[in-house]
Amino acid sequence: MTATAERPQATIFKRPTATTGIWSWLTTVDHKKIGIMYGYAAFFFFILGGIEALLLRIQLAQADAEFLTAGAYNALFTMHGTTMVFLFVMPVGAAFMNYLLPLLIGARDVAFPRLNALSWWIFFFGGIFLYSTFFFGTSLAPISPEGIPGNLAAAGGPGTLHFLADSPDGGWFGYQPNAGPLYSPGTAMDYWALGLQILGLASLISSVNFIVTVFNMRAKGMRLLRMPVFAWMSTVVAFLLLFSLPIIAVALFMVTFDRQFGTLFFAPVGGGDPILWQHLFWLFGHPEVYILILPAMGIVSEVLPVFSRKPLFGYSAVVFAGAAIAFLGFGVWAHHMFASGITPVAQAAFGLATMTIAIPTGIKIFNWLGTMWGGRIRLTTPMLFAVGFVAMFTIGGLSGVTHSIVPSDWQQTDTYYIVAHFHYVLFGGAVFGLFAGLYYWFPKLTGKVMNPTLGKTHFWLQFIGFNLTFAPMHWLGLQGMVRRTWKYPAEVGLEPWNVVVTIGAFTIAASILVFMYNWYTSRRRGQDSGIDPWDARTIEWTTPNPTPEYNFATAPVVSRLDAFWHMKYDEDEEGRAVRKDDADEILAHLEYDGRNPSAPIHLPSPSYFPLIMAVGIPIIFYGIIYHTTMWGKALILIGAVISLSALIGWGIEPLEEESPVEAEDADEEDMELELVEVDDE
Amino acid sequence: MSDIAHEAPVAHHEEHESTGIDNRKLGMWIFLSSEFLFFGALITNYLLYSNRAGFEGIYPAAIYDIPFTSVSSFVLLMSSLTMVLAHNALSRGDQDGTRTWLFATAALGSVFLAGQVFEFTEFIVEYDMTLATNPAASAFYVLTGFHGTHVAIGVIMLLSLWGISRRQGSLSERHGMNLELVGLYWHFVDIIWIVIFTVVYLLSVPPG
Amino acid sequence: MKLVARSETPYDADPMARFRQHLTRTTGLIGTALLLASCQLFETGDQPLTTFEPQSPAAERIDDLFWLVFWIATVVFVLVMGAIVVILFVFRDKKSEDAKEPKQLHGSPKLEVIWTVIPALILAAIAVPTVSAVFDLTECEDGAMVVEVIGHQWWFEYHYPEEDISTANVMVIPVDQPVCAEMTSDDVLHNFWVPALHGKRYLVPGQTTILPLEASETGEYWGHCAEFCGLSHSLMRARVVAMEDSEFEDWVGAQQEPTTLPAEGTPEWDGYQVFLNKACTQCHTVRFDDETASIIIPDEAFNGPELTHFASREVFAGAVLPGSDQTYQQALKNWLANPPAIKPGSYMPNLALTEQEINDLIVWLESNE
Repeated sequence: MTATAERPQATIFKRPTATTGIWSWLTTVDHKKIGIMYGYAAFFFFILGGIEALLLRIQLAQADAEFLTAGAYNALFTMHGTTMVFLFVMPVGAAFMNYLLPLLIGARDVAFPRLNALSWWIFFFGGIFLYSTFFFGTSLAPISPEGIPGNLAAAGGPGTLHFLADSPDGGWFGYQPNAGPLYSPGTAMDYWALGLQILGLASLISSVNFIVTVFNMRAKGMRLLRMPVFAWMSTVVAFLLLFSLPIIAVALFMVTFDRQFGTLFFAPVGGGDPILWQHLFWLFGHPEVYILILPAMGIVSEVLPVFSRKPLFGYSAVVFAGAAIAFLGFGVWAHHMFASGITPVAQAAFGLATMTIAIPTGIKIFNWLGTMWGGRIRLTTPMLFAVGFVAMFTIGGLSGVTHSIVPSDWQQTDTYYIVAHFHYVLFGGAVFGLFAGLYYWFPKLTGKVMNPTLGKTHFWLQFIGFNLTFAPMHWLGLQGMVRRTWKYPAEVGLEPWNVVVTIGAFTIAASILVFMYNWYTSRRRGQDSGIDPWDARTIEWTTPNPTPEYNFATAPVVSRLDAFWHMKYDEDEEGRAVRKDDADEILAHLEYDGRNPSAPIHLPSPSYFPLIMAVGIPIIFYGIIYHTTMWGKALILIGAVISLSALIGWGIEPLEEESPVEAEDADEEDMELELVEVDDE
Repeated sequence: MSDIAHEAPVAHHEEHESTGIDNRKLGMWIFLSSEFLFFGALITNYLLYSNRAGFEGIYPAAIYDIPFTSVSSFVLLMSSLTMVLAHNALSRGDQDGTRTWLFATAALGSVFLAGQVFEFTEFIVEYDMTLATNPAASAFYVLTGFHGTHVAIGVIMLLSLWGISRRQGSLSERHGMNLELVGLYWHFVDIIWIVIFTVVYLLSVPPG
Repeated sequence: MKLVARSETPYDADPMARFRQHLTRTTGLIGTALLLASCQLFETGDQPLTTFEPQSPAAERIDDLFWLVFWIATVVFVLVMGAIVVILFVFRDKKSEDAKEPKQLHGSPKLEVIWTVIPALILAAIAVPTVSAVFDLTECEDGAMVVEVIGHQWWFEYHYPEEDISTANVMVIPVDQPVCAEMTSDDVLHNFWVPALHGKRYLVPGQTTILPLEASETGEYWGHCAEFCGLSHSLMRARVVAMEDSEFEDWVGAQQEPTTLPAEGTPEWDGYQVFLNKACTQCHTVRFDDETASIIIPDEAFNGPELTHFASREVFAGAVLPGSDQTYQQALKNWLANPPAIKPGSYMPNLALTEQEINDLIVWLESNE
C-alpha cells in the first residue's frame, strides 16, 4: 500500500492528544463533544437574545416610554431576531443533530469528523463576529438620496442606553433599501450581512456532513424507513439548508457588494429593485422556518411514543409529512409579501400554496394525538414539554392559516398578530420541543436525570409565561399595534395588554432561571439514570450513560423500527406489550458490554486545524468591512494566510492516527444475536 | 432462534444499502447540488436586470464580444476533456500521463481566466462599464466573477495535485480520490459555464 | 401596604393569624386590582387603529373573511385541545401494579386518509372566498379619484393630481366615493395602513402600488406606517378624514388657494422672516398670493411637507403631534425647538431657534390655514 509513502514529511504540529481539559475540547472531532459545545454556545446566545427581549418589553410596557432610544430599540429587536434564529434555535438544532444523529443511526461518528469540528468553530466565531458589532460597529442616522443627512439629538434622542444602538438596526430581515448603504450608514449592517454569511457557511458544511452521514453511515439493517423520526427530520433539515443557504448567500453577497463596492442591486436611485431582496430573503427565509421547527418535531416524535408506551402512530405518514412540509416550504415564500404590491394572481397562488402546508402539518398533529391515544401516559418533564409543544404549535398553525387568507393577511401582516403567530410556532413549537429533548436526553450526556420537581416548575412557569406573553399579542395586533414600533401613543389604547405581555416575558425569564439551576444541580447531584431511565425505544439507549467516547462498543445491527424496545418487549395475542422475562438481564448486559469493548476501537483523531482554519474566516470578514483602509487589507491577508495554512496542514495530516490494533470488532456477532432475536415480523 | 439464521443473509445484504459511494465523493455531489442553486440565483438575478429598461450607462448585453467568448468557452470545454483524460490515465496507472493531463487542464483553465481578465478590462476601459454602472452591469460582474473565482480555485486544486504527483512521483490511492473530487468539481464549473455562456451571452439582449 | 396598616381591625396576637390576615387582605387587594385591570383589558371601542370596526366595503369584507376563518379555526382548536385534555386524563398511567401495557398500534391508513382529506376540503372551501376577495380588493375602479401617496422618512405626503393639491399627514377624501391611492416612496419602503378602510400596501421607491380606498362614514380614521422604515418608524402615523362631498369641494377650493403673504410689521411678518432666514426654505414649499414671493421646491429635490396650509391640518410631524397631553401650540413649540429630540433621525435639524423666533414662527404658521 502507498499509505506509508504518503505519510507527511514531518507534520508541523504534533497531533493533539489531550482527552481531557481545555485542549481536548479545542481539538476534538468527537460529534458528542461538538454537540455539547454547540448546545452551550447556543444557550449563551439564548440568554443574550432573552435579555434583549426583556429590554424591548420594558420599553413597551408603557405608552410613549423613554426607557430606550429609538436607535437602541431598533438595534435590540434586530439582534433579538437574528440571535434567536441564527444563534439559538439553529445551533440548538445542530447540537441535537450532532450529539444524536450518529447514535440514532448506530454510527461511531459523522462522515467527516474534522469538517464537523470546522462547522462548529466557524459557527462559534461567526456568532462572536456578529456580536462584536456592539464593540466595533457603528450605526448612523440615514442619508436621503439627495445627500441630506438625518439628525440625532445630542444624546441620541429621547430614552437611554443609546450605546446599544451601534449594532445592526435594519431588522433581522434586513429589508432594502433601509438596510442599504444610504439609510443604514455605518458598519453595523455590514457586521450583520457578513456575520450571517459566516453562519451560513457553518450550516452548509454541516448539512453536507449530515446528509452523507445518514446516507452512508447507518448501522447494518437500519433502512431509511427504520430510522428514528428525529434522524429523518435532521436529514430533511439538512436538505433544506443545502438548498436554501446558497440563495441567502447570494442575497447577502449582493447586499455586501451594494454596501462595500457601490453596486446598485437594491438601490432604487440606480434602478435596483428592493422587492428582489424580499424574494431572495424569503426564498431562504421560509424554508428557514422549517429548519427551525423540524428538529423539534423530530424530538417530539421520539418523546411522545416513549412516554405513551406505544409506537409512533403513522410513522411513515409523519416522516412523509415532514418531507412534504419541507418541499412545500420552497413554494410559499411570497406569503411574507402579500402587502408588497405583487400581482393578485401571485397573491392568490401563494395564498393557496400556503394553505396546503396546513395539510401535512395537520397530519403530524393528528398522528401525535393518535400516538398518545390509548397509551399509558407518564407525565414526566420531557413529556410535559412535548405535549406543550403539540398544543402550542397547534395554535401557531391555526393562526398561520389565517395568514394564508390573503385579504385577512393584509390586515395582520406587520402587526403584533404576526409576532404572536411566529412565536407560537418558534417558541411554543421549537423551543418547547427542544426543552423536551434536553430533559429527555440529559441522561445520555451526564448519566443523571434532571430533577423532576424543578423540571415541572420550569414547565409550568414557562407555559404560563409564554401564553401571557404571546397570546395577548394576537389581540394587540388586531387592535392595530404595528411591529417594530419603538413607541405607541396612549390614545391607541394598547397599554394594558402590553403590561400583561411584559409580565409574561419576565415569567419566561424566571422559568429559564429555574431550568439553569436545575441543569447545574442535576449535573452534580442528579439521580443516576442507569442505562435506560425512560424505558426508551431507540438504539441510542443501548449504550451506557454518559455515552462512551466510542458510542457503541460493538457495531449494532438493526432489524426493525424501535429496535431497543423490541429487545425488551414482546407483544401478546391482543397486541399489548409484555416485558420479556430477561429484559433486565439484557440491560445489565448492554451496560457491561458497552463499558467494556472487547476490542480496541478505532476513533478519528483530534486535530488543531479545524479551529485554526475557522479563526481565519472572521478575520478575513473584518478585513472586508474595513477594506478601504490599510489595516483592513492587512486583515484580509492575515486571515487568508491563517486559513490557508490550516488548509494545507489539514491536507497533509493523516486521516487517522496509527492505532495499536486495527481489528474489526471481534464480537459483533453476539450483539447481532441479541438485537435480531426480537424480530417477529 | 430460527430468526437468526433467517436474518443473517439479510443483514449481509443490507450492508450494501448505504449508497456504496465513497463518503467524500457523495459529499462532493451534495455540495455541488447546493452550488447549482448558488449559480441559479446569480443567473436569475442577472436575467432580471439584464434587460430592464431605463438604467444609466451601458448594458453588458450590448457589448459582448461573442467570438472571443466562444473561443474562451471552447478552451474551458476542452479542459473538461483533459480532466477526463487525466482521470483515465490514473485508472490505467499511467502516472506520467496523469501529470501531463492535470497540467494541461490547469493550463486551459488559466487561459480561460486570462480571457476573463481581458474581457473585464476591455469592458471597463473601452466601454466604461464598471461594477457600479447599473444593476445589469453589477449582476454581470458578480455572476461571472463568482464563476471565475470557482475556476481559479479549481486551477489551484489541479496544480496542487500536479505538484504532489511531481514530488512523490505518483498519486497515491488517497490522492486518486482527490483527483476524482477535483474532477467532479471541474466538470461542474464547466457545466455552469455552458449555462452562463448560453443564457447570459448568447440569449440575452439589451432592452429596446 | 398603607391601606392594610390603616385598617381598624386589631391584629391578633398570634403571628400566624396575623400573617393569614395579611394574606387575605393582600390577596383581596391584588384581586381587586386584577379585576379592575381586566376590565380595562377587555374594554374596546377606544382603539382607533383596530381592525374590528371596518368603515369601508373592503375592510368589511376582510373582516367577514377573518371571522369566518376564525370560527373554523376555533372549532379545530377546541377539538385538538379537547382531545389533548381527554387523552391526558383518560390515558394517564394509573400507576397500579396490574395495569396492562397499551396495545401497540402502529397507525391506521383509514385515519390518515380522513385527516388528510377533511382539512383539504375545509381549506378548499375557504380558498374560494379568499381568491375572489383578492381579485376584488386589489384594483381600483375606473374613474376613482386619484390621490398619490408618497412615503418619506417619516411622514406621508398626499398629492391630488387632478386638483393640484399637495398636503401631508392628513389625507382628505369624500365619503362614499371610490378613491384610488397610487403610492410610491421617496426613500425606503413604507407601508400605508388605515385599518378601518383597507389592509396594508407597501410604498416602494421607484415603483407604484395601488390601494383602493372608500369610506362609508364621515369621520377621522387613524393610520400607521406598517413597514419598518428606519429610526422613527414608530413615529410615522397617518390620518384619513372623510367628509361630505360639499365639504370636500370647499376643502379642495381652500387648499388650491395660496396663502397670504404677511404685511410688513405684522407679527406674522416676523415669523415669515424667521422662515426665510433659517434654512426652512431649503425643504418646504409655500405658495403665496404674491407669486414672486412663493417658495417652490421641485419634486425631485429633497422635500419637506408643504406649509401653504399647515394650520389646516390638526396634526403635524408625521401625525404624531400634538400628543393627547399637550396643546397644539405647546407641541409645535417643542417640535421647532428640537425636532430630532422628538423624532430621532429627523431630516429637519435642530435649528437652534431662540424662544422669540419660535413664537414668531408659530404665529406665522398658524396664519397659514
